[in-house]
Formats: sequence, C-alpha cells, structure tokens
Amino acid sequence: MKPSLILAALFGLAFSAAVPRAEAALNVVTTTTDLASIVSEIGGDKVTVESLARGYQDPHFVEAKPSFVLKLHQADLLVLVGRDLEIGWLPALITQSRNARIQPGADGYFDASLTAKILDLPTGQITRAMGDVHPLGNPHYWLDPENGRRIAKAVQAKLAQKDAANAAYYAQRAADFDRRLTEAQQRWKSMMAPYKGLKVVTYHRSWPNFADAFGLDVIGYIEPKPGIPPTPQHTLDVIQAMKAQQVKLILVEPYFDLKTPNSIASQTGGKVLVLPPSVGGVKGADDYLKLFETEISLLAAAIKATGAK
Amino acid sequence: MFSCVHARTWRPVLRDWPRAYCVTVLAFGVVAFAPSVWAQTPAPAQAQAAAPQSPAELREELQRLRQEFESIRDAYGARLSALEARLQQAGATPAPPDQPAPVAPLPAPPAATAPAAPAPQTQTTEAQVPQGAAGAGGPAGALPVYGNASAMSKIFNPDIAVIGNFVGAAGRNEIDPRPAMQLDEAELSLQAVVDPYARADFFLAASPEGLEVEEGFLTFPTLPGGLLLKVGKLKAQFGKANTLHSHALPWVDQPLVVRNLLGGEEGFNDSGISVSKLILNPVLFLEATGEIYQGENELFSSRKRGDLAYLGRLRGYRDITEGVNLDVGTSIAYGHNDNATDTGTTLTTRVFGLDATLRYRPLRRAIYRRLLARTELLWSRRGEENGDVRSFGLYGSTEYQFARRWFAGVRYDWSERDSDSSLVDKGPSLLVTYWPSEFSQIRGQYRRTRYAEGATANELLFQFLFSIGAHGAHTF
Repeated sequence: MKPSLILAALFGLAFSAAVPRAEAALNVVTTTTDLASIVSEIGGDKVTVESLARGYQDPHFVEAKPSFVLKLHQADLLVLVGRDLEIGWLPALITQSRNARIQPGADGYFDASLTAKILDLPTGQITRAMGDVHPLGNPHYWLDPENGRRIAKAVQAKLAQKDAANAAYYAQRAADFDRRLTEAQQRWKSMMAPYKGLKVVTYHRSWPNFADAFGLDVIGYIEPKPGIPPTPQHTLDVIQAMKAQQVKLILVEPYFDLKTPNSIASQTGGKVLVLPPSVGGVKGADDYLKLFETEISLLAAAIKATGAK
Repeated sequence: MFSCVHARTWRPVLRDWPRAYCVTVLAFGVVAFAPSVWAQTPAPAQAQAAAPQSPAELREELQRLRQEFESIRDAYGARLSALEARLQQAGATPAPPDQPAPVAPLPAPPAATAPAAPAPQTQTTEAQVPQGAAGAGGPAGALPVYGNASAMSKIFNPDIAVIGNFVGAAGRNEIDPRPAMQLDEAELSLQAVVDPYARADFFLAASPEGLEVEEGFLTFPTLPGGLLLKVGKLKAQFGKANTLHSHALPWVDQPLVVRNLLGGEEGFNDSGISVSKLILNPVLFLEATGEIYQGENELFSSRKRGDLAYLGRLRGYRDITEGVNLDVGTSIAYGHNDNATDTGTTLTTRVFGLDATLRYRPLRRAIYRRLLARTELLWSRRGEENGDVRSFGLYGSTEYQFARRWFAGVRYDWSERDSDSSLVDKGPSLLVTYWPSEFSQIRGQYRRTRYAEGATANELLFQFLFSIGAHGAHTF
C-alpha cells in the first residue's frame, strides 16, 4: 500500500478537467412552481425549466433529496424565492451540486426577491420567541401580480444576459406576458372590487401581498405565531375575534391540516377555503396567470356562499 | 502575570531568574504609575473643597444624592420595561398602524425630590435618555436588525449556532453506566463562505470530557469534473449513523454496532481529505466517495506517518414515487490498529458496511407524516496479536411521525465485539419524540440491553435538544 500513490491518484482524479457539456437550451431550475411558470413565460422553448418543490408542498419544508442534487448539477441558472424561504434545504443542495455556475454570488444564482416589493420587514429586534419569523421579510411575495411583473422583467434581463443570441425573443415574450398580466389584473380587480376590505383569517402568514393587491383584510392567523401549530387558547381567541368582527372566511394553504380550521368554521358559522398559494397547488392553477384566476374565482364563490360582505 | 508563568515552564533551569524578572517588572510598574495616581488623588479633594464643609451639610448632600440616584434608577427601570412591552407588542402583531403604542407612566422628574440639586447633574440625567427610544410614545426608530447593513462589523461573521444536548438516564446499567443527568454536549457551529471557491464549517463540541473539534473542514464545491473536495477534520462517510452529529440522530444513543465495531460513541472521525464525485447516469443518483485519514482515531491507531486510514463509499439513491425513496450505500474502511500490540508487529483493521434507508413523506402532508426505516450491517476484521477477529453487527430502526409534533420509533441492536466475536451485545429500544418547535426537541428512549457479560440493563433515557442561532441545513 503506497499512500502517496493513492493520494496522487485522488488528486489527479480531482483536478482532471471534465468539461461541462454544452446544451442547446438554457437549463433553468427554480425552487418553486411560480418561478418556474414565470421563467417559462419568458423563456418559451429556448429554455428548459423545472421546479424542485411542487405547488401543493410547503415550500419551507422541502426535503434536500439527492435527486435534486442531480437537477442542480446540470442547471445553468437557479432561480430562487429567497428571503430565507428555502434556508432549511437549498444551501445544502447547492453545496452538493458541484456546480460552479449556481453557487451563491455566481452568475447563475438568481434571487427573485431582489426586485420584488417585500412586506412584513421586521424593524425591532427579532427573536425566535416570535416563532419561525423571517428576518428578511415575508417570502410569499409572488402572490402580488405586480411582483410577478417585476420578477418577469428581472428574469428577462437575466435570460438575455445568459443567452444573448435570443435576447429579442425573450424581450418579445416578456412584453407579451406583461400585456396579458395587465389585462388579467384589471379583470381580477373588478371581480374583487365588491369585496374590498373583506375580513378574513388565514392559516399561515402567506397572504400579505395577496391581501394588499386585492383589498382583503387579514385579521388573524390560525397559527399563534409563524410556524407554531395551533394551540387551544389561540384557537379560542381566533373564534372570538371572528365572532366579534363577523368574519366568515378562513383561508388555508393545501399543505395544512384542516381539523382546526374546520372546527373554528363550525363554531363561527364560517367557511374554510383551501386556497393554493402556488402554481399547481390545486387543479386548474397551471400557470402564474391561472393561479390568480383560480384564487379569485374560488374566493368569489366562497364569499358568495358565506353571504359575507 | 501570564508571561511569568510561561517563562517558568519554558526554562526550568533558570527557575529563579523569571521570578526576579517578574518582581523587577512589577516594581518598575509601581514606580512608573505611582506619580499619576498621586497626581489624580488631589482632584476629588479640590472638588470637595468647593462643596459644603461641615459634616451635617455633607450628610445632607449625601442623602440628596442618594435620593436622586434612586429616582433616576426607577425612571430607567420603568422606561426599560415599557420598551420591552413595546417589543413584545411588535412581535405579536406586526405593524398595527392605527394602534397607539403603549405609553408607560414615567415617575416625576427627580427635581421635585431634590430642589437644591446642582443644575449640571439634572442635565446629565436627561441627556442620558436617548431620543426616540424612550418607549413613552416617541417615534419607533429602526432598531438594529440582524444582518442589517448598519451592523457592518458583523456582516462577515460566520453563521453561529449552539446546540445543547442534555441527557438523563434512569434504571440500572452495570456495564456501561451514564450519569443520571448531564449536559452531554454543547455543539458550537461556525459556518461561512471563505471566498468564491470555498466554504468552511466548524463544529466544536464541548462535553464533560473537554472541548473538541468535532469537525472543522474546508469545502470546495466548484471543482471541475463534478467533484466535491473536503479537507480538514471530518466525520468519515461510513454508512449513515457515523456521519450524523449527535443532535441529528433519531435516538438518544448510538446503536451498539457503532460502539462495538466503529470505535465508540464518537465513531470514525479524523483529519483527512475527502473527494466525492457524482457518477451521472439516467437511472439513479450515484455518488462515489474516497477519503484518506491520518489514521489516529477511536477506530484506528498508527505508529508511523505512512500508516494512513482509507475509506471508500458508493451510494445510490432513487425516488420511487414523489413521496417514497430508497437510499442504499456500501462503505469500506481500512487502517492500522497497531496499539493493540506491544511487540511492534503491524496490525490492520478492515470494516465493511451496508446501509439501506427507505423514506416515506407525502408532499401534501409533509409537516405531519413521515416514515424512515433504516438498517446498517457491519463486518469487521480486526487484527489482534493472536490472529484476526472477524465480527458482525447490525441495527434496524424505524421512526414514524404521527402528528405534527410527535414521533415514535423503535430500534433493534445486535452486535459482536471487534476484539472478541464470541461476545454479543443486543437489545431493543422504544422511542417517543416531541418537538415543541423546529428548534427544540424532547425525547424519551426505553432501552433494554443484554450485554455479553450476562448483565441485562433496563434503562430510561431522556434527552432535551435545543438550538439557538443560525444552524446550517443538514444534508439528506
């Protein structure tokens, strides 16, 4: 056994250059389906795009599976939500990906939150006594179509930079997306206009941007603190608040248990609505525009059903 | 003072010289600083000269000052608690714009109790209360936020976390007793990016045995050829249980097979170099790892620099459905265990391992349900003076999450000992784990162990794990 030989062999293996293969289409990996949808709106058939998380999955708690390592290994561009949403799983995947293009700080590491309008930015000192707070602000910012527009613009610039030959194509698709988004926004706004200021309760703090964009008033959360499961005392408080303010609607993300929301609804005469926060969260929410389409029509139907105003 | 101690340990021959030196330095110091001390003492005397002279007046003055001090202290206490209340308010309901901040009643200014107080002192009292931070209805200024640009000096600090691992035991164990209660380990982790090419991770473990570098390594994640290179002190990538930090184990203790065949509770961790490569193929995730170690750890021991320890591992992984996956690996470790002999003959140990993990976690209910079933089998061939000892051991373990905060688990251990394969330790364990949050965990483990010596130990182990700070994500 000649250790020096083995060492030399290992180092030889380590530094033998295996050139990354050249690809026809730009290979984009996103952390969530919403970002994947926006990227494919801009990239069209010039990019391949895949999301690591599914739309019906809690994006805070995705498992760092080795199969994701393979996807990241091949990626030319990684688009992430940021604001610490993926802090529990993405950093380990990026390190293991052995892909220099998508390491933090590299050209192919693209944090979509940098262009978006972020809410719930904490000002005072924060501690974990407040639950699983996000020190960099609320990461569910894609639920405002205006932020979708901003992300699309930034994605267009990024794709044009990575693939200058198709810059005009991306610009044209981005303009088209922008136009369709503006049209749809007017329609959504008019659908929601009669319910402006409607008070709702949500499970997690996922909806501040959505509420902001469509005039909802979130008066409370089923979770006592972000990431902390419901407690009996807090549930009673929510029931009292809902009764006092005549709130009839409880919005729940598809990945939460419905037991507590249902029991609150039965005691307040309210209604539980499973509302998808992401593309693919429920049937029909197949892309970024259809996500809002689905959300707005589900909401409108639920509001009518409760007879709330 | 420290330099004197060092001097003594360095030069035992000149034992008297350092002492004389220290005395000289001290004497010089006293002489050098004495004049300034004397120079300062007259200052208060002069100040007093301007103040009232008679003892009665002095007493009165003292009384007044004390009252003043107490009133200032009360005012500060009230303001501090008002500020705390505001902070809590802010945490519970962020940004309620139309709700006025709670106004704390402040005690009357000290002037009322001390009409004769000298003017300059009253002014200092007021100046010391910072504007806007009083918590008395003033504007809520931006307080420092972690990672904020205002904290420039901290911005390149590594992510720091501490994990406490408190373990208690009840019942009888004559063979391998542990204390009734003990802070088994406080793990300090320091993690940051070094430069555009590398990141560094340190895990320092403070235990009753002392402070130890559990791991401390540099990772190069961006080498050409799809390689991942780690250099430093590492937990060897042997199987699964050996690679996990004690707080990441699904049990309170390590399985018997790790203790018997991989060197002990700490397992195989050593200084070395690790290279791993993805073997790309369309069927499954395949990763090959090669590691070289110094060869001096709980499993191996070497007398010569060239007696290194080697490790090879091949790991395959495949998603069966989106919620079910299978993870299978094989590892081999080879090194010297020369300390087992006094005669100078070269002895070697080889350990071969197989591990398999089946995971189930439905994506829609990922925070409520999961199942992890794992087994590891180890074969050891250890050189002893009177011939090789071949031994075998295994564990099988299952953990099931049945509610958002609750896990139940079971494990079975069976293992021969690496120095004598006729000695077999075995026994089952039952576990219940409760998670108050992601950052703390309470666990109970009932363990019944039949040791080779014939003794049976029935024990109840309990564990509190708690984490503060920013601990990096764990690998899968």
